This record gives sequence, C-alpha cells and structure tokens, in this order.
Amino acid sequence: MAMKSKHQRLILVLIALVALIGAGLLAASALKDEAAYFYTPYDAKTKGVDPGKAIRLGGMVVKGSLKRAADGVTIHFQVSDGKASVPATFTGIAPDLFREGSGVVAEGSFDKGGTFVATNLLAKHDERYMPRELDGMSYNETTHQIEGQVK
Amino acid sequence: MHIFANPARFLSIARPATPWLFWTGLVVLLAGCACGLFLTPADYLQGDSVRILYVHVPAAWLGMGGWSGIAIAAIMQMVWRHPLAAIAGRAIAVPGALFTAICLASGSIWGRPTWGTWWEWDGRMTSMLVLLFLYIGYIALARASAASGQSGGVSRVTAIFALVGAVNLPIINRSVVWWNSLHQGPSITMRGSTIDMAILWPLGLTLLGFTFWFAAIVLMRMRAILAETKVEARMQRMARDAAVGERVPA
Repeated sequence: MAMKSKHQRLILVLIALVALIGAGLLAASALKDEAAYFYTPYDAKTKGVDPGKAIRLGGMVVKGSLKRAADGVTIHFQVSDGKASVPATFTGIAPDLFREGSGVVAEGSFDKGGTFVATNLLAKHDERYMPRELDGMSYNETTHQIEGQVK
Repeated sequence: MHIFANPARFLSIARPATPWLFWTGLVVLLAGCACGLFLTPADYLQGDSVRILYVHVPAAWLGMGGWSGIAIAAIMQMVWRHPLAAIAGRAIAVPGALFTAICLASGSIWGRPTWGTWWEWDGRMTSMLVLLFLYIGYIALARASAASGQSGGVSRVTAIFALVGAVNLPIINRSVVWWNSLHQGPSITMRGSTIDMAILWPLGLTLLGFTFWFAAIVLMRMRAILAETKVEARMQRMARDAAVGERVPA
C-alpha cells in the first residue's frame, strides 16, 4: 500500500523536528554550567575558584553588611545565595540599583584571603515590578529622592 | 487553510483586513504607550525607566512570534506545498527582524540605568542576538532563492533553515531559568504575574496594538510579493509571445 506523499512528507518533517529539538535540548543542557553568566557564592566555594582567576560572582547583598571605608569610594559587603556567603569589596561608583537586599553581579577575582575583589559591579533586579506605595516607599517629586526603606 | 490556496480568495480577505488592522493597531498601541508614559506609577526600584517595558516586551514577543510564524510557514510549504506559505515566510521575515532589533536596542537602553551596563553576554541577550542573525540569514537565503526563480517564494533549503532556527526559540524562553543570567526571570508565567496590576495593564494594550500592526505589515508585504510575481509572470508571457511573433513569417 503506497502512502500518500503528503503523509510521507509530514512524517519526515515531524521526525526531523523531534531530532532537531532533541539535539538543541541536549546541547543546551550540556552547556548548562558553561553558559552560566556568573558563579553563585555556593558554586565558588564548592568548585574552588583559584585566587586571581577572573570570574563573575552573583547573589544578594546581605542586609546590614554594606560598609563604606574611610576613603569614601571603597565599599565592603557580603554576597549570599542563601547557601553560602562570601565577603566582597569594590572601589568605584556602584550602579543606582546596587543596595542591600538586592541582587548584584560583581566582576573580579578572589584574593588569597578569600575576599572577592570586584572591578565592576552590575545590579541585578528580580522579576517583581510594583509601585513604590506598595513597598512602603514614596517618591519626592521636588527633591527626586526616594523616601522610605526597602522592605 | 486550503481555502486560501487560491490567491484571489486570500486577497479578497487580506485587502479589507489590512487597513482595519493597521489603524486599530496604531490607535491601540499609541493609547497603550500614552497610558504607560503618563498614567502608571513608577517602579519601586527602577523608577521611571520601568516604562521601557511597554515597548520592550511587545518587541520581544513579536520577534519570537515572527520566527514561530516563519517555522509554521516552512512546515506548510514542505508538507502541504501550500502556495502562500513561502510568501508568508518572506513577508514575516523583515518586520520580525525589525522587532527583534527593537527588542535588543530597547533592552540595551533599559540595561544601562538599571543594571549598569549596555550589553553583557548573558544567556538571554546572546540568544536574542542569535535570533536577529537568524532573521538576517533567512532574509538573504529567501531573497537568493526568489531571485533564482523558485516558485515566487523560498527554496527548500530556506524552509529547512527556518525549522533549524526554531530550536533557538525555547532556548531564548528558558535561558533565564536554565542559566544564571543578568536578565531577571520570567515575570508573567502560568501561575500569574509578578508585575503589579497598576503597572501591568497598559502592557496588554501595547501587546495587542503592536501585534495588529505586525499583522497589517505582513498582509501588506504578502500582497506586494503576490503582485510582484504576477507582474513577473505577465512579463515572461509577453516576452514569449514577442519571440514567437518574430519567428512567424508575415
């Protein structure tokens, strides 16, 4: 019994699609760790990143850990992913969204003492968007300052 | 879909639908942008820069939706040999590439004040850039095969390219889940939205408006390509008739 050529083509295309998607997913899952944009503190501790090796470290800035050094431009803070926490330091101008309790991606390397010395800071925000009123904050239109505290 | 196998029947629907989609889309998207600029509150963390959302998200949706359309057209071309499939694929490619570029540009402008960088090679941004390159490759392949006279549309190689490129779509979608990325995770999921309603609602308007507009542009381009092939066919016939006329002695 001859199959209609239309059906033959349909089956061929479907097989090709399944093979393609399978190959794509396999490649993506193999890339899983290699394509990660940053190390979390837990990754950095368990995988053992050599001091001096340039990496990105991402996590939350631990509340209450942010301290400014006497020179005014150097900051010290703790980066945590909930499982591990590492001390970090940065000299320079941090982005506006960099704050305690918020996400950060720091570029730099670990020194011998296990402190992450960042050469650049990027702020990472989460997927929540809401008006300030809902977060107990308000925006002063005349001074352009945010009033209130991040919860 | 085979109702539209006859281009004349397709045109009889596409012709009145085009201005309707175009003008409705324009009004809705301008209303959505105006509401997003003036009526919604600023974000608690990002301030006013959150308003780029109303352009960035529809652009991303249409960039990815465009390639889904091209892939479906490729399947219809290969399996059912639908005469309009190749034309639809060609018509979608240019606006799809445009919206992908808008998504990348608006994302870059958004990234500078919020993240502190114009561009980073993280999973989401890199896979979206790959989509733009796929579009450019598709446009070049489709144009080359149309120029070599393949049935007013695109060659089988181009259609296969469209299917292979579709693998990138789930990768873009999942990139922020699979890999640590600078781009935040998905806000709108099956479980609901983490964007507060006060900020979310104009997004519905701009999504709808841009989508209508995209559809209008695709219909316009399909009609233009159909008209082009008609002109070409007529010219070929005239050239053939002229050649025959010369050979016949008076």
